[in-house]
Amino acid sequence: MHDTVRALTALIFAAETPLSLDRLSFLLEMPRAELTPLLTELKQRFAPGRQGFYLAEVAGGYQFRSDSDLSGWLAKLHHERPPRFSPAALETLAIIAYRQPITRAEVEYLRGVDSGGVLRTLLERNFVRILGKKDVPGRPLMYGTHAHFLEFFGLNSLNDLPTLKEFSALDAALAQESLAADGPLTPTDGFESSV
Amino acid sequence: MSIEVRLANFDGPLDLLLHLIKTNAMDIYDIPMVEITDQYLAAMEKMEQLNLDIAGEFLLMAASLMHIKSKMLLPVAVEDDPEDETLDPRAELVRRLLEYQRYKQAAQDLEQLPWLERDIFLARIPRPESAGVPGGEAADQEVGIYQLAAAFHRLMQTAKVETMHEVMREQLSVRDYIEKILTRLAGGKHLALRDFLPSGATRQELVVTFLAMLELVKMRLLEVSQSAEFQPLWLKLVVQLPGVDPQPLREEGFGYA
Repeated sequence: MHDTVRALTALIFAAETPLSLDRLSFLLEMPRAELTPLLTELKQRFAPGRQGFYLAEVAGGYQFRSDSDLSGWLAKLHHERPPRFSPAALETLAIIAYRQPITRAEVEYLRGVDSGGVLRTLLERNFVRILGKKDVPGRPLMYGTHAHFLEFFGLNSLNDLPTLKEFSALDAALAQESLAADGPLTPTDGFESSV
Repeated sequence: MSIEVRLANFDGPLDLLLHLIKTNAMDIYDIPMVEITDQYLAAMEKMEQLNLDIAGEFLLMAASLMHIKSKMLLPVAVEDDPEDETLDPRAELVRRLLEYQRYKQAAQDLEQLPWLERDIFLARIPRPESAGVPGGEAADQEVGIYQLAAAFHRLMQTAKVETMHEVMREQLSVRDYIEKILTRLAGGKHLALRDFLPSGATRQELVVTFLAMLELVKMRLLEVSQSAEFQPLWLKLVVQLPGVDPQPLREEGFGYA
């Protein structure tokens, strides 16, 4: 068992991308049920703020990551400028993340500006990928986030995205429907119950 | 005379409108159209440096604002319920503004997350060339047509640009390349897609090789897999052909000739 834990640690350490439970189970030839307690134990041993790095659950897998409060030191090590996004790119990425699958026209309607350029950059940087074609006239491409998106932002799944904030009294379900068609405009008493 | 619009600080017309509504403490559910339209137009006039492409969108919004404004000046028909807000010409605009505000906030939330290479760093282990060989069926992921197309696109970008002056048409046959692939994969070998498409190959060779590969996939003779995203694509024969020459293949049958 001791050797298994060591192998498990080494595998996660040396892997280039987060290793899923399935993959670890395959590599170590052990059932998932036996690995789960070992991983829980490892997560405790490599908890954030103890060793300088910690065992994180990211993009559906396990990965060692440096503690975030040490970023100043690590930035010096790499001599590379940290990644940056233009406000337009981040906004577009947020829309795609929350509304996928989504077409370019839908993104542009939400943003009110042409988004072809930022979309291409996001595709090239592997944050966004093509999911398929929408079954409407013109068969436009549908976009969604890439697994790299989760890894980059340290999310385990899309469910871990920060909850979209509600503004004013507008309800999420209502916001997506056409307010003009059947919803009242002012936040009256009957507003919530009408949803 | 050109209109000079400077939009350094605004990401688009919706962004500008939101800004105006907030700084003027207007009620988003009861936007004073006359005031907002005037302010919007004034902001556009004040802005400098025209960026034609985006300016078009700013102009479109200016037109919509004036359209809404004029609609609101029209008398409401008597039979219409004055309380019926669904007829409010501002409804669509309000909905878009609120929706836009949500994603603007969501973008700020993303900014707060720990980013790789900015806040969080990973161990960097140099990967040997052979990495990414599928460890077995359990580890393999299905490769979709878009990943295939993207991989091919990357290879095409590294392909040599032919700088010949004399134009010679080399007849490459998909059939020949199918046979090449079959021969090289004989005996259950795993080979990377890259092995079939050497960087010195011409674009034509790349195209024919890729077509041959797709044909084999279509014939269900070839399996394409990868161990994880960004890893090489691996080719493997599905069935072992005991030295059988795929005779029935005819070039014209593929429709490329």
